Amino acid sequence: MSDPIRLTDLEDFYDALAESVDRATPQKAELFLAKLALQLASEVKDPATLRRALDVALQDL
Amino acid sequence: MYQASTQPRPSIFYDYQVYPYRRPPELDGQAIEHRVAVVGAGPIGLATALDLARQGIACVLLTADQQVSEGSRALAYTRRSMEILQQVGVADRIVEHGLPWRHGNSFYRGQCVYRLDVPFDDDDRYAPLTNLQQQYLEQFLIEQIQAQPLIDLRMGHKVLGVQPRADGADLQVDTPDGPYVLRCDWLVACDGARSQVRQSMQLRMEGTAYEGRFVIADIRCDLGLPTERMAFFDPPWNPGNTVLVHREPFGLWRVDYQLPPGETPEQALAPASMSARINAQLELMGKGGTPWELDWCSVYSTRTMTLTDYVHGRVIFAGDAAHMLPIFGVRGANTGWQDGHNLAWKLAMVIRGLAGPRLLPSYSSERVKAAQEIIDEAGRSVRFMTPPTPGFRLLRDAVLSLSLSQAYARPLMNWRTSRPHEYTDSTLNTADDDNSLFDGGWPQGAQIRNVRLGNDDHLLDHLGASFHLFLFHPEDRVAPGLQHTVETLRATGLPIAIVLMSATGQREVAGADLVLDDRHAHARERFGIQRGQGAYLVRPDHHVCARWMSLNGERLSRAVSRALGH
Repeated sequence: MSDPIRLTDLEDFYDALAESVDRATPQKAELFLAKLALQLASEVKDPATLRRALDVALQDL
Repeated sequence: MYQASTQPRPSIFYDYQVYPYRRPPELDGQAIEHRVAVVGAGPIGLATALDLARQGIACVLLTADQQVSEGSRALAYTRRSMEILQQVGVADRIVEHGLPWRHGNSFYRGQCVYRLDVPFDDDDRYAPLTNLQQQYLEQFLIEQIQAQPLIDLRMGHKVLGVQPRADGADLQVDTPDGPYVLRCDWLVACDGARSQVRQSMQLRMEGTAYEGRFVIADIRCDLGLPTERMAFFDPPWNPGNTVLVHREPFGLWRVDYQLPPGETPEQALAPASMSARINAQLELMGKGGTPWELDWCSVYSTRTMTLTDYVHGRVIFAGDAAHMLPIFGVRGANTGWQDGHNLAWKLAMVIRGLAGPRLLPSYSSERVKAAQEIIDEAGRSVRFMTPPTPGFRLLRDAVLSLSLSQAYARPLMNWRTSRPHEYTDSTLNTADDDNSLFDGGWPQGAQIRNVRLGNDDHLLDHLGASFHLFLFHPEDRVAPGLQHTVETLRATGLPIAIVLMSATGQREVAGADLVLDDRHAHARERFGIQRGQGAYLVRPDHHVCARWMSLNGERLSRAVSRALGH
């Protein structure tokens, strides 16, 4: 496992993501998030990390 | 009493001929035990009958219609299909009239977001894909059959049911002269997706039927565009859906579009609805207002289903009768011909008494596995083209949106096309050959690819309906032990030929049935031959069953025995 993300970086991404969801508008929020997930997958590349991310996000919905 | 329509089907480009019905000798009291009956004279039944005839096996071929296919249907034939059609003698005519192609374009929001480029190998004789309307294809196959005395083609003979026997099958057949029973030792069912033989035997396919429906419309229209497949995703006139456009010979175009959910085939094929949609599509392509005329239209849905066994006693299934595959990726007829080509030589060996118990079952295991691989691959294409759930729709839309700016997302918009399958795990492959020592060439189970030998001269042009032992030797010698083994095998009735790929350019070599010039060592390179020496045993359907660095008669004899299912 690599080091956890720095708290300030996570906070910045949190804000930017929230603002981007709003910019996408409620009608396109789902589409935006799906694109974002694919874009991140193309940069993460590792199938095990991606599979784990899916499992984590599905928990406790 | 069944009477096929003798009214030529309507078409604006194809002149339908009504072929004659002939009264069967069975109706005049003749008891005939047919060796093989092939049911269905579509592309697969016609080619399989010709393939059996190449192997010296006579058959009776039954079809309800007295005309060729209604509509252009199969349309696109792969390189491998063309190689099989070359073996049965019709490839030249298809090339003469067909349109070769290898490019595809995918459009989204007015941009070409993906360009498909199927490589053309200089060693190949045929283009990756060739478009020709199914009417012509069937006509060429029928004309080839009319010159083939081993095939008794019975048109206007409708099969109503099948009674399997332990040593064959009885077919109930209806004709304009009334019904008769046709007895055969072997029945090959090539009677299509709605196979009467399959239904009569109450065999069920396994797999998935998808919701999405498509219209196929063939129009005559002068678009002045090259022969490239076009796919339009989410066009403004058909939001969320997909439209495919293919060029056909003789000035026709196929427009293939998905229907909105809930629309019935009757609504979809209503002339006003079709006109509006085709006009909108021409508009989208920048060809608005171009006059066009409809030839044929139909509605289809997508299924990925297969029987789990293609051999049921003396009844054998091939083509759509055995499996239903999505048309994305040209998988229907192109898969069926590979079935027929796999089956024909095996059934011939069984009938000649040369086969071991594992030979015929290997047809089923090899081809069911191929169908399952296709179903896995095609399922992806289908889920992209016609998303079955909101999740799949969302991800498809996300990929379309990303495709405008991100190259990595674009290959997801393409579908893999039909390809020859490798029978890597086949029981006919030899376990203790030198397969793993090769670096390159074609491994066990793979199809040997073509090799360009010269101008208009390719390796597959020279192959007949037999096993081939390809030999490579630096001094062009055929060892007496090998020669002796081959002669012994041939004495049992086994068709097998020694092909010497000559390093020295000799025309004739003792012991070789065929000598091909390989002075440039190009074939050696393609076969992955090291130090100038090696051998391949290739089945009559061109798949490798054993290969060696060095070979003696005893090893060859064992490999042939295994390849025959002993």
